[in-house]
Amino acid sequence: MSEFREAFEFIFRNGEVPGYPGLPSLAHLTLETLKVGAIGVAIAIVLAAPLGIWLGHIHRGSFFTINIGNVGRALPSLAVLAIGDAFFGLGLGVVEVALVILAFAPIVTNCYLGIVEVDPELVDAARGMGMGEWEILRRVELPLAVPLIFAGIRTASLFVISTATIASLAGFSGTLGDVIANETSYHFSGVLGAAICVAALALAVEGVLALVQRALTPRGVKLERAARKMDLAESLAV
Amino acid sequence: MSRENTAHLEGLSPYPYPTRGHRQAAELELRHVSKRYPGQREAAIGDLSFTVPAGEVCVLVGPSGSGKTTAMRLINRMVPLSGGEILLGGRSVLDREPRELRREIGYVIQQVGLFPHETVAENIATVPRLLGWPKDRVRMRVRELLELIGLDPAEMSGRYPAQLSGGQRQRVGVARALAADPPLMLMDEPFGAIDPINRTKLQDEFLALQAKVNKTVVFVTHDIDEAIKMGDRIAILREGGMLAQYDTPKAILARPADDFVAQFVGADRGIKRLSLTRLEEIELLPPDGAAPASRRLPGRASVKDALSVLLTAHGEALAVVDDEDRVTGLLTLSHLERLIAKDSDGEQRQVLASAGEAGS
Amino acid sequence: MTGQLAAAGPVIPDFSQHSSSCAVHNHLFCADWVKANWGPVLWPALRQHVVLTAIAIAIGFAIAMALALFAHRHSWAVQPTLLVTTFLYTIPSLALFELLVAPVGANIYAAEIALVSYTLLILFRNILTGLASVPQEVLDAAEGMGMSRRQALIRVELPLALPSIIAGLRIAVVTIIALATIVYTIYNRGLGVPIHNALGEGPFKTELIVAGGMAILLALLADAALVGLQRVLTPWSRAREAS
Repeated sequence: MSEFREAFEFIFRNGEVPGYPGLPSLAHLTLETLKVGAIGVAIAIVLAAPLGIWLGHIHRGSFFTINIGNVGRALPSLAVLAIGDAFFGLGLGVVEVALVILAFAPIVTNCYLGIVEVDPELVDAARGMGMGEWEILRRVELPLAVPLIFAGIRTASLFVISTATIASLAGFSGTLGDVIANETSYHFSGVLGAAICVAALALAVEGVLALVQRALTPRGVKLERAARKMDLAESLAV
Repeated sequence: MSRENTAHLEGLSPYPYPTRGHRQAAELELRHVSKRYPGQREAAIGDLSFTVPAGEVCVLVGPSGSGKTTAMRLINRMVPLSGGEILLGGRSVLDREPRELRREIGYVIQQVGLFPHETVAENIATVPRLLGWPKDRVRMRVRELLELIGLDPAEMSGRYPAQLSGGQRQRVGVARALAADPPLMLMDEPFGAIDPINRTKLQDEFLALQAKVNKTVVFVTHDIDEAIKMGDRIAILREGGMLAQYDTPKAILARPADDFVAQFVGADRGIKRLSLTRLEEIELLPPDGAAPASRRLPGRASVKDALSVLLTAHGEALAVVDDEDRVTGLLTLSHLERLIAKDSDGEQRQVLASAGEAGS
Repeated sequence: MTGQLAAAGPVIPDFSQHSSSCAVHNHLFCADWVKANWGPVLWPALRQHVVLTAIAIAIGFAIAMALALFAHRHSWAVQPTLLVTTFLYTIPSLALFELLVAPVGANIYAAEIALVSYTLLILFRNILTGLASVPQEVLDAAEGMGMSRRQALIRVELPLALPSIIAGLRIAVVTIIALATIVYTIYNRGLGVPIHNALGEGPFKTELIVAGGMAILLALLADAALVGLQRVLTPWSRAREAS
């Protein structure tokens, strides 16, 4: 398919379109996408993770966390961005707020689930041994919850990269979405090329996070989960 | 074990077909049965042969690794046969499709395996429905079985397994296995997961049930006491499915075939034998009008129970009573001693009933 | 791409055709504009959105069920299937739409292929987990009583897997409803059309809020309906709660 060939050529040219000097390079746009996404996810983690973890630890708020997960999934990124644009104009700040809103739900839901599903007998035993609440959290609950917590972060990251590119549809510029939304300037080959970059970026991020998750998962947990059939699937909980 | 006359149950069906079990229980025969798993040097079952007469309870008992559960599962082809033959009612079990075979065999497992998403009634109706019974026949049968196991149909039919106690679940599992009136029942440690008190109750209930329905039963357990209590015959298996002894409980207790059996049965087999004789069967002392005995046991109780009571009786006598609570005789430790001595003499068989006696 | 969108109709006529002072001043919510444009703009978009979603879920569910039943029987298939479906899920929506346009064209097929791809991971995983969570002794009893594998599957395994399956359906439906708002970039249908139109001018708040709001409401209603469906289909779990 010649379109793909042209698309790859576009990529290798780093996004230069003949006749239009001064367009931002593909590499630059990719990095910007990554940056915008990273900020969004980071803020969302800072806000959502402690909340989810704490609620899970005290075994409260299941209704809230489960349903906010649903609501979070139901929010179409474009609509959220568009509303942000309507009321505040689409600067980086507004986009980041939208990203945080969208990333919040999967993180809080999965952090909650990860902690809440730790075997209560283990927690009981730990308490009986004299561990304080913080210690229980740190030494028992968190290590065991790593797979689900990371599942939440990975889902959120995918969401965020996706939304960052969609932001261009709403009028924000600075991400790979610029190219995708602008076929007149870049032609289809450009659009396709940028799409390939976005996909590659998402897969790369997912891959890195998977490695980090593996590094952070305690060995005993890995061994136990390897013995169970649904290991990979659970680690991909969305 | 005495069998109640089931004649009074006949003719009670308002339907043109019998809803109550009238099928003959079938004889089960294992001939040189073997089972070998690929890649394993030792056969799980080497060469096993025995026959269970129709209507009897045969208990397969042995230590773990003896292949007792495997042997049972060979019968309904849950495990494929490596060699030998299994004949149910004279017909090889290989004669038909496994699932056809299994619909003729009641299957009760330790964790019961009731379908959580179906009501008690629906669970019990499973095999009849698979066999295509008409709806009202199924309904009558379910009702009948619930009454048989002592659960109120009106209250229990619509309940879900999650709403039942462990003992109730077990009973429903047995009812489910009996539903299509199979000629053979297989039971794999059915009471193993129940607490001891309820286990005894369930065992007694099952024995009462068996007295009514007269099924051929193969019952697997690791508990020799349960085997002695439940079995008309006991097959003691050792490693590799080797049959160490196959006989009635009394015979095994009186004359264990070898050291393995003797050890498996337990050093207390003498006392165990006492549990097989009922007080109403032995020669009691005449009732002593003078001193009312403060301890009484029904005639149905075993000599072992009596010994237990006498050991703490401080020399007092034990009164044996009948169903109307009238004293039929007395028993003391010294009299018991005398009866035992008579047994050893070889003349009269009293307390330690002879191995040659058929079930009583 | 933009050329195609232009064919959807310029925004300004909508705007000024039924303009009231409310619309012209771009207030938050102009009921008269909504009333006037419900027929020509909003309702068709909503209808198209529902159709897009329904097709994607139906096809996705069928494929995922087939894959799950296969993987349930042949466990070697689990990992590869998970790998492929995860890969598809990871590609951001905008990119996947565009990537499909190259071979398939900017039409409903590309849109549906993309949407179906997003349902596969969730549905496959949930159906499989549901089937795998049936207790072993229940299966043993079913087989021991003489059910064939097919009978056991239909009468025991699938009913017991229902809660997990419906949970997966909920996630999938909600996700697809949200994703379908982007379909307009390659295929001019769905609630994304009025949203995009609204963005072009102003942005035009009323249209934005109504279209965006409808997408959100649609998702939440579908979610609630599926919860209701689960309650109806699994009476035994209610019994468990009650006891």
